[in-house]
Amino acid sequence: MTCETPAARGRLRYTLLVAALAAVLVCAAVAGLVLGSVRIPAPQVLRTLTGAAEPGPYRTIVLDVRLPRVLLGAVVGAGLAVIGTVLQALVRNQLADPFLLGVSSGASVGAVGAIVLGIGAGAGIATTVTVPLAAFAGALGSLVLVYGLARGGGALTTGRLLLAGVAVSYILSALTSLLMVTSARADHLKEILHWTLGGLGSARWEMLALPTAVLAVGTAVLLTLARPLDLLLVGEEGATVLGLDTGRFRAAVFVLASLLTGVLVAFSGAIGFVGLMVPHAARTAVGAGHRRLLPVAALGGAAFLVLADLAARTVAAPQDIPVGVLTALTGGPFFLWMLRRRPYGTTAGAAA
Amino acid sequence: MTSLTTEGLSYGVDGRHLVDDVTLTAADGETVGLVGPNGSGKTTLLRCVYGTLRPSHGRVLLDGEDLHAMRPKARARRIATVPQDSAAVFELTVREVVAMGRSPHKRFWEQDTDADDTLVRLALARVGITDLADRAFPSLSGGERQRALTARALVQQPSLVVLDEPTNHLDIRYQLEILGLVRDLGTTNLLALHDLNLAAYYCDRIYVLDHGRVVASGPPKDVLTVDLLRTVYGVSAEVSAHPTTGAPTVVYLPVST
Repeated sequence: MTCETPAARGRLRYTLLVAALAAVLVCAAVAGLVLGSVRIPAPQVLRTLTGAAEPGPYRTIVLDVRLPRVLLGAVVGAGLAVIGTVLQALVRNQLADPFLLGVSSGASVGAVGAIVLGIGAGAGIATTVTVPLAAFAGALGSLVLVYGLARGGGALTTGRLLLAGVAVSYILSALTSLLMVTSARADHLKEILHWTLGGLGSARWEMLALPTAVLAVGTAVLLTLARPLDLLLVGEEGATVLGLDTGRFRAAVFVLASLLTGVLVAFSGAIGFVGLMVPHAARTAVGAGHRRLLPVAALGGAAFLVLADLAARTVAAPQDIPVGVLTALTGGPFFLWMLRRRPYGTTAGAAA
Repeated sequence: MTSLTTEGLSYGVDGRHLVDDVTLTAADGETVGLVGPNGSGKTTLLRCVYGTLRPSHGRVLLDGEDLHAMRPKARARRIATVPQDSAAVFELTVREVVAMGRSPHKRFWEQDTDADDTLVRLALARVGITDLADRAFPSLSGGERQRALTARALVQQPSLVVLDEPTNHLDIRYQLEILGLVRDLGTTNLLALHDLNLAAYYCDRIYVLDHGRVVASGPPKDVLTVDLLRTVYGVSAEVSAHPTTGAPTVVYLPVST
């Protein structure tokens, strides 16, 4: 292996980082299968995974309960980190996150609305198709609304963006609550509570296909868009004079980010701050160029959420804390810390 | 071979004309300067020319082709812009920012090739910031940023370069270097300048803007007169041909009270 040029050294370092993150993800996943309210010895887990284990309660716990949960956690974590990365480029602000911008709340309203109205219910497709679709619509609506409000007066400042996000978030949360109280069907309430807290506890195998497919396709598309995403970082005017049709591109990314958010939130509920912390850490490690950033953010997000969920169901075992509570407990202070130390410009839309 | 023409160009906000009926030409290979007091409409006019503002009246023609009818990418292959300053939020490296100049020549999924890397390296060397290539762009001083953005314009390989106060943050040595470099490109150049002496030396022709209108235009020696400086800028000055450069040279006189 040659490391003669800085570029070659950079590539080697990048490869090592990706390998290390993948290793962390695998270890976290194994830990997620071993640990829990019942501790299952690692050799037993491995035998189960390879199909060598005899049927029994351990096998059921590993294959039907923990494995789908770990996988859903990885998919949702990766997805939230990717969405956060892209939203931050879109609004040129490191404090953007699907949760803070109200996108997750929009998705929740969509999802809850679909449950309460019972669209597609009874046919079994409610939770796997209709609810994600409604969540997507809600996510897109709220993202467009927040962006429109934040830009209303011209420049997109951090203050306007966060205020618009918080305001829309509150309104949409209230709407979710309203739907809950008026629906008053016990089974609805239980299902809805799941969204408002954000948890992976109800993960089942049949929930994995759609989010995994959407994550894979969405991330692949965003990777091919790495160049225009980079251009967004120099601002609207800068991107335009470098040949980007900013209006069309932004619309496309809005739809893509909303689709990802909607589908993920439909299955995991609104888990906050993953999309804030992970992209920030990834950017510190590999820089702001999206071709290198997106894979690192995705892997990091997957590992982070699998570990966070592991913590969520072990720290207070046998209590299963919704992982969204845990990410908010760690992410909130992180957000405040970023708000204090943010080094560079606070406004977007200036010439570049 | 690129000539630029603006035909009766106007741009207004809330009924107020920031640029008012400006007709301007820059022939192929010509360096044309825009001067005028603050708020005279220089930046607005430039933004209409490089396409981020759509004029309310009139047209901008590049070799006879309406610039605002072009796709942004086609436009960016022909016009490079060096803005006054650049807000930068994320830590892109200087090399990454300069390499963005290749974007108009790429499909969005294409990666940079070795040839692109070479162009970037040459451009960095040409503006003298090779040693800053791996620094974070936001950590640069204003002058270093301006040179990086000039390098970005170089790798764009345009036929028209539009510069808005390219010397704003630069030490005098770099002001001279950047302007000399821009002149040597062989491109058609349109630049807004604050410093009348630099404009007089580096521009083939200059346009003087006041309240959005062209009040004088022509070769610097015909335009930069004592009368013009008094009426447009409200200052007393002496103008003489410099013994070494031959360019008109303005010396401002103190305001008498």
